[in-house]
Amino acid sequence: MKIREIATLLGADVLCGESQLDEEVQSACGSDMMSDVLAFVKDQGVLVTGLVNPQVIRTAMMMDMHCVVFVRSKRPTPEMLELAKEHHIAVLASCSRMYEACGKLYASGLGNEACANG
Amino acid sequence: MAEALRFHYEVDGDNFTSAGAASVEVKRKLRQLGFDAELIRRVSIAMYEGEINMVVHARGGSADVYVDKDCVTIILADRGPGIPDIDLAMQEGYSTAPDNIRALGFGAGMGLPNMKRYTDEMKIETVLKQGTTVTMKVYINHTKQTEKGTSEEGK
Ligand SMILES: Nc1ncnc2c1ncn2[C@@H]1O[C@H](COP(=O)(O)OP(=O)(O)OP(=O)(O)O)[C@@H](O)[C@H]1O
Ligand SMILES: [Mg+2]
Repeated sequence: MKIREIATLLGADVLCGESQLDEEVQSACGSDMMSDVLAFVKDQGVLVTGLVNPQVIRTAMMMDMHCVVFVRSKRPTPEMLELAKEHHIAVLASCSRMYEACGKLYASGLGNEACANG
Repeated sequence: MAEALRFHYEVDGDNFTSAGAASVEVKRKLRQLGFDAELIRRVSIAMYEGEINMVVHARGGSADVYVDKDCVTIILADRGPGIPDIDLAMQEGYSTAPDNIRALGFGAGMGLPNMKRYTDEMKIETVLKQGTTVTMKVYINHTKQTEKGTSEEGK
């Protein structure tokens, strides 16, 4: 699935990474616990989260993820967006809740592969 | 690379926002040095967890990373409270992190087990009320085959 399709499915605003919208991602993970993301995720392209602090971006960066989706209308700070831009991570913001966002992505074919806590 | 490369960072214990910056920097350096993505990921995740631990549990410390021919060595040293029971601390799910840390997305008790899983060697030296030093090594050539095991364990 392309990042662009994720944005459309979730009615999400693209806060940064417009140039990456045609990148393909194979799988996603939803979590508000960063150490769970760091523990169980492998080759997940997308992190769906309701947590907002710079560690979310750093965690995505550590996992080589391409895209972070903030749910529940959470908005990252300009500082977080700077960090994301610097590391080529597209950032989306949706008003969907976590369950709904993950459900929509999963139903549309974005699997969770090795993600245990999706 | 005849001589080992050494990187040194001070990790600010009063600033959760900047926690992890040293790990990001190391990731960038390793990329510049042309290491493969898997090795870089293992080193940087392990260091990141350790760096967060120093900020959350030990009011900061220092990080030293050595890159030589066969391995990357990460040494994280703090002057925090020490770890009373290392076996307990190593258990998945064991955490003394307070609620405010959980609200920031940490405190699942997964950090130390993750660090062990992503590295080839890990040693914890700790003295109560004096501090903790965690030394981790990731081999460059013959990397440990942990990844398959990891995904299974994650279920
Ligand atoms: N540098 C340290 N100094 C003192 N205590 C530590 C240190 N690192 C870890 N600990 C202790 O070991 C426990 C387990 O650490 P671990 O990293 O596995 O989990 P956590 O940090 O609590 O949560 P998570 O890493 O999942 O965010 C901690 O809760 C803390 O009590
Ligand atoms: Mg930890």
